[in-house]
Amino acid sequence: MISLSGSFACLASAATEAGSSESGFLVLQIIGILMGALGLVFFLGAAVGLVRFPDFYTRMHAAGKGDTLSTMLMLAGFGLVTMEDFSLGSWLLLIKIMAVVLFIYLTSPTSSHALMRAAFEDDEMPMTEDELKKAKGGKRRKKS
Amino acid sequence: MTHWFAIIMGAALFTLMIPVIYRIWVGPTSFDRILGVNVIGTKTAVLLVIIGTLFDRVEMFVDFAISYALLNFVGAIVISRYLNRTISLKEMEAEEKKGAKKR
Repeated sequence: MISLSGSFACLASAATEAGSSESGFLVLQIIGILMGALGLVFFLGAAVGLVRFPDFYTRMHAAGKGDTLSTMLMLAGFGLVTMEDFSLGSWLLLIKIMAVVLFIYLTSPTSSHALMRAAFEDDEMPMTEDELKKAKGGKRRKKS
Repeated sequence: MTHWFAIIMGAALFTLMIPVIYRIWVGPTSFDRILGVNVIGTKTAVLLVIIGTLFDRVEMFVDFAISYALLNFVGAIVISRYLNRTISLKEMEAEEKKGAKKR
């Protein structure tokens, strides 16, 4: 516990130092923070859909799309925020983070598709409209 | 400003992972659980970049993020293939037994 509070104090002092020595490129940082916040919004949508949707395929829809887009937005936002000066090292860092973004752009839909295909060949049937109405009616009866 | 942004973003990511862990806990089918594990594994790559920003070692932690995303992808593919193959083998055995009884 003591070490945890000590590390937090260390983080706070580092944050104040970074705030005082911050020189320029505020536009890039603001764009990066906006992209990160947008990614959090998309991840909120994915999490809510993952909890509330009634069927496996609808949950797959929410998780696949929201997860991919939110990860790409957050990583690109961090790549823009950490770009403090336009030296060679910072360009290399930005290219590395963009490589992660490209990798996730390629692999995350692929893994969702493989999982969906495995579930479909496992005779996991999509929920029909009658079943959905039945489930909703049951919930309402339980509530009232 | 960069450090505070990283701290707030990491805390928000951990808070939003709780519903996904709920889906892993109560998921009706095994595919729901794999889906939740896949989502959390993708978010862990983002968390590694955030930790690298906090320690001022982003150029090292980005490599970790790349390797973690690669392992997550391979794991998802392997698990889906495994479930598919085992279920179809069971069905094949059941069909063979039915055919033997008919004969």
